[in-house]
Amino acid sequence: MTQAIKEKVKTFIIENFLFGDTSYDLDDTASLIENDIIDSTGVLELVAFIEDQFGIVMGDADIVPANLDSLARISAFIAAKAVPVTA
Amino acid sequence: MCGFGGYFGSIRDGRALLESMTAAIAHRGPDGQGIFTVPEAGLGHVRLSIVGLGDGQQPMPDASGELTIAFNGEIFNYVELRDELRAKGRRFRTASDTEVILHLYDEMGEDCVSLLNGDFAFAIWDARRCRMMLARDRMGVRPLFYTAQGGTFYFASEVKALLQVPGVSAEIDPIALDQIFTLWAPIAPRTPFRNILELEPANVMIVDQRGVTTRPYWQLQYPDRDQPSGYTHEGSAAEELRALLADATRIRMRADVPVGAYLSGGLDSSIVSALAAGMTPQGLRTFSVTFDSAEHDESAFQLEMAAALGTQHSAIACRAGDIAKVFPDVIRFTERPIIRTAPAPLYQLSGLVREAGLKVVLTGEGADEVFAGYDIFKEARVRRFCGRQPGSSIRPHLFRKLYPYLPGLKQQSPEYLAAFFGAGDAPLDDPLFSHRPRLKGTAATKLFFSGDLRAELKDYDAAAELIGRLPQDFRRWHPLHQAQYLESRFLLPGYILSSQGDRMAMAHGIEGRFPFLDHRLVEFAAKLPPEMKLKGLTEKHILREATKDLLPPAIGRRVKQPYRAPDSHSFTGPGELDYVRGALSEDAVAEGGLFNAKAVTKLYEKCRSRPASGFRDNAAFVGILSTQLWLQTFAGTRIRKAEAA
Repeated sequence: MTQAIKEKVKTFIIENFLFGDTSYDLDDTASLIENDIIDSTGVLELVAFIEDQFGIVMGDADIVPANLDSLARISAFIAAKAVPVTA
Repeated sequence: MCGFGGYFGSIRDGRALLESMTAAIAHRGPDGQGIFTVPEAGLGHVRLSIVGLGDGQQPMPDASGELTIAFNGEIFNYVELRDELRAKGRRFRTASDTEVILHLYDEMGEDCVSLLNGDFAFAIWDARRCRMMLARDRMGVRPLFYTAQGGTFYFASEVKALLQVPGVSAEIDPIALDQIFTLWAPIAPRTPFRNILELEPANVMIVDQRGVTTRPYWQLQYPDRDQPSGYTHEGSAAEELRALLADATRIRMRADVPVGAYLSGGLDSSIVSALAAGMTPQGLRTFSVTFDSAEHDESAFQLEMAAALGTQHSAIACRAGDIAKVFPDVIRFTERPIIRTAPAPLYQLSGLVREAGLKVVLTGEGADEVFAGYDIFKEARVRRFCGRQPGSSIRPHLFRKLYPYLPGLKQQSPEYLAAFFGAGDAPLDDPLFSHRPRLKGTAATKLFFSGDLRAELKDYDAAAELIGRLPQDFRRWHPLHQAQYLESRFLLPGYILSSQGDRMAMAHGIEGRFPFLDHRLVEFAAKLPPEMKLKGLTEKHILREATKDLLPPAIGRRVKQPYRAPDSHSFTGPGELDYVRGALSEDAVAEGGLFNAKAVTKLYEKCRSRPASGFRDNAAFVGILSTQLWLQTFAGTRIRKAEAA
């Protein structure tokens, strides 16, 4: 499931922040900020995308680089939030 | 204030060429035109008559007929200089400041510039030495461009005059484009036009049979950071500042026509208007632009200030769509791609002044550079503050305080704020420390460059070139002074004065005058200790202290609201104009050859569907659109196709 999430997020990032530039080597662990892929508005666009596409409500405490600053982190965050915790 | 063009070299039918050159810049001088030719050189001039209305025609010869000048701008201390020259036995035939330059040159040669207090660019043909001297003012208020073609040297106030020279064509300079998409402006002497350069501010140039030599006659200089300041008492420093500012304004009121003032509602233009109103017994006229978006509008402050001063106030409304309507004209006059739309409302504003029948306006421009008013100075201080405790989750909250008007930052966590501003790990000894976040955010727009353009640019690094242009003692200055230098020496002439200042005013034949850029004031402010300028996070502290009796408290205490205008939404909102779609169409972008057409289409659609785009998307949109318009206006997209063939 994480792979499917990752592909969906990757497609969004390529379309929305890289404007279709598939030649960009978007490494799973590369920082989106340090590599100039998103700015402050971009983070909000990313949050809106996650909430809309994955049905997740993100609180302020969730919106931190530890959750969103790379493809791997975003995917892991979505996977953790989307999977219901069972006893 | 005027425009001129000329050449050094022997050409066929120089008069006809000069007529074409001056016709191309006729907007700079609607009050008269003149041509001067000799076998070795020529000068052409268009005049906006402000001083010496009846006898200031140019090109102007001296009494001997051996020196001839074409001059754009004003010498504000010409009265004092004329008195000194008269005391030496010099006789004057006119009441103009132009003749003062001629006499001074006759006395001192090219060193005459060191005595001039003004905004100027001029050319003097010296028949005795068979040479042309060119000069430009210290801060770069007035422009001067040059090129060579077929062994002849050509120069002019605007590039469009040089494009009249047979064989000179407009081609985009990829390095300049990269610099604009990184630094917001080309690094002079480079211009967006390949093979057309500009004379740098505070430089003189001699052109003769031996070639071309250029040298600076003045440099913006700050004291070493460890050097004790001569200004330790704030009260006396404020007093000196007030006297200098009053005198800078007084001599900028000199004109044989009425002088008005721009009034934005901010601190700087309010100070200038207040000083000018006190010197205008017949009543000052003030002018401002208003916006229909609350985020950009300052009309309440404008009206409060105008009422407090009792000025006759006029405003022009910049409504949704107005920026798009005038944008092609704006690019025709800026002659460069730009990444923000801020010049457009100023273009409208100078039109309003012209309609009101005035030719001269004072402006508050320059105060932010001279007295550390820009947010970027505060931001650098906060970044250093955060850098001392990289793990702190409290310190990055200060970034939100710096930019309350940026919606994208309001909802960000301290961790994100720290990351956006590189607050934790930025090397503190980086000479561009203060400007790195801006450069990083702007350079991200180069994502849209085409494969061909990227290949042409290879590993070119605009920031590295900028570092290479810094003076040797730069690293010894206080960090605030380093940041001020970067703004004052590069962005002020390269972007603010050229695209928002001279060009938008002169598009309607209006002369802007800048009291804060009086070089005496600039030199004084450079020597002040940094804490008198940026006190805590209060910008322009000493300026507020020096002028607090001039302004209503609400204006005097105002936190800086940077002048901004709506960006991409101006072009993609209701009533979208056809030319926007045309310029950004895949065909047009592909033909231009500079950008990735498919990526531009995606950006265009994104901006249309989400009007609240961030800085990066806005800058890319405006930068790409203005570049496309530049190509259409000056080069024609055929130019790059021909190159590739």
